[in-house]
Amino acid sequence: MKRRAVITGFGAVTPLGVGARTLHERWAAGESGIADGAGACRDFEPKEYLSVKEVRRLDRFSQFALVASAEAIRQAGWGEELPYDPFQVGCVIATGIGGIETVETQHDVMRDKGAKMVSPLGVPQYMPNAGAAAVAMKHGLQGQMYGVVSACSGGAHAIGSALRMIQYGDADAVVTGGAEATLTEFGFACFNAMQALSPTGISRPFDARRDGFVMGEGAGVIVLEEAEAAEARGATVLAEVIGYGSTSDAFHLTAPEPSGRPASKAISLALADAGVTPVGVDYVNAHGTSTQLNDAAETAALKLALGERAGDIPVSSTKSAIGHLLGAAGAVEAVATVQILAERIIPPTLNYEVPDPELDLDYVPGEARPLTMNNGRPPVAISNSFAFGGHNVSLVLRGV
Amino acid sequence: MSTVTNEQVETRVVEALASFGPDPSQITRDATFEELDIDSLDLVELAQIVEDEYGVVLKGEDMKELKTVGDAVDLIVSRA
Repeated sequence: MKRRAVITGFGAVTPLGVGARTLHERWAAGESGIADGAGACRDFEPKEYLSVKEVRRLDRFSQFALVASAEAIRQAGWGEELPYDPFQVGCVIATGIGGIETVETQHDVMRDKGAKMVSPLGVPQYMPNAGAAAVAMKHGLQGQMYGVVSACSGGAHAIGSALRMIQYGDADAVVTGGAEATLTEFGFACFNAMQALSPTGISRPFDARRDGFVMGEGAGVIVLEEAEAAEARGATVLAEVIGYGSTSDAFHLTAPEPSGRPASKAISLALADAGVTPVGVDYVNAHGTSTQLNDAAETAALKLALGERAGDIPVSSTKSAIGHLLGAAGAVEAVATVQILAERIIPPTLNYEVPDPELDLDYVPGEARPLTMNNGRPPVAISNSFAFGGHNVSLVLRGV
Repeated sequence: MSTVTNEQVETRVVEALASFGPDPSQITRDATFEELDIDSLDLVELAQIVEDEYGVVLKGEDMKELKTVGDAVDLIVSRA
C-alpha cells in the first residue's frame, strides 16, 4: 500500500494580503485583490518578515516563498528542530519565470556602468531554484531540494512531485509550493505582446465577456508529511493529497488543445490515483484563467473526465479574486482548496455575470455557498493547473 | 599619492558593510568578516563599490587575504 501524504500546514502571500487565512476569508466575502489591472501584493513589506541580508539577497519571488513557507511551517508546529531527520525533509518550490526583476535591474546596471559592475548576487537571485534554496537554507531542510519549471502548472507539479517523494519513501516530509513576482515593466511587456492579458483589467473566468488573464504575484506553500509519521508526532492533519495526474498537450506553444482531451486525461489520472470516481468529487478549483481558450478547453476537459456528474459539481476560480499567479498559481490554489475543504465554504467565481452559451457548468456565480458532500464522508476536491507549453496537472485533495 | 584618508575610507567601508546586513555597531576595525557574516559575495560587492568610488581594483586573491574590516580599509588606502 502506498504511503500517504497529509497536509499539516499551509501559507500564502497573495494580492488579498499576507497569510493564507486572509485569502480564504476575503475571497469568500467576494473581495478582489486586483487593482489597476494587476494582482499586486501591495501589503507585502519584506522588511517586516525578513532580515536585511535576506531582503538584499532574495528576488521578490523568493521573498514571497520564504514568507509563505514560514507560515506553513509554523502552522505545522515544527519548532526550532525539525521533527524528522533533516535528510528526509525535502523542499520543492516552483516558479514560472524566476527572478525577472533582478534580471532587469542588473541588465540596467550593465548598460549604465558596464559588465564589471553587475552584482555577484545576480545569478543567485534570479535562478529559478532560488526560492527552493532559500526555504531549505532558512529551515535546514536537507533532503531532495529543487525548483520546478512548467510555467503556470509549476506550483501543482511541485506538490505532485512532493507527493511522489513521500509515497516512494525518499522523504518523510516536504515543504512545497510555488512563487512568482513578474509584475515588472518587462513582464507586462512580454505578456502584453502575446495579447494574453485582459485589456479591461478584469478577471472574469468562464464569463462570456472574458478577454484575457490579469497577472498577479505571490506564493503558496504547504507542508506535506507522511501520514503515519504525522500521526505519531501528534500533528493536526488539515487535509490529504490523495491524487496527482499530469499530461502534456503536445499541441501548441501557448494555446490549449481545444478538445480538452489531454487535460481531461490529467484529471482522470489524478482521480484514478486517488481511487475516487466522479461521484466522489464535491468541488473543482478550476485553472479558470479568464482567457477565451483556457476556460473553453477546461470546461470541455471537465466534462470528458467527470461525465454526466460534471454539471452537478461546483467549479470556481481563485483567479477571479487574485489574478493569475503563474508558477505560484497551482500552489496558492491548493492552499485555497484546502481551506475550502476545511471550512466547507466555496467562494464564488467573481465577476461571473454573463454566461457563455458554450460553457454550461456550475461556476458558482454571485456569492459563496456551503460545500455539500454525498453521504457525510470527508469532502474531495480537484485542483487544476494548465500552462503555456501544454502542461496539464490535476491534484485531488481530501478534507478531514 | 594617496588622496583619501584612512578615516574617509573606513567610513565608506563601514557604511557599505552595514547595508549588507550586519548591525552597524558591530562593524569595528577589529571585527572579522566571519563574525559579521560577510561572505565572498558581499566582498565582491564591496570591491565594486571601492572601484567605483576610489578607482582601486581589488581582485579575488586580494580579497581572500582579508580577515578584518581594518585589513580591507588598509588595503584600499594603500592602493588609492
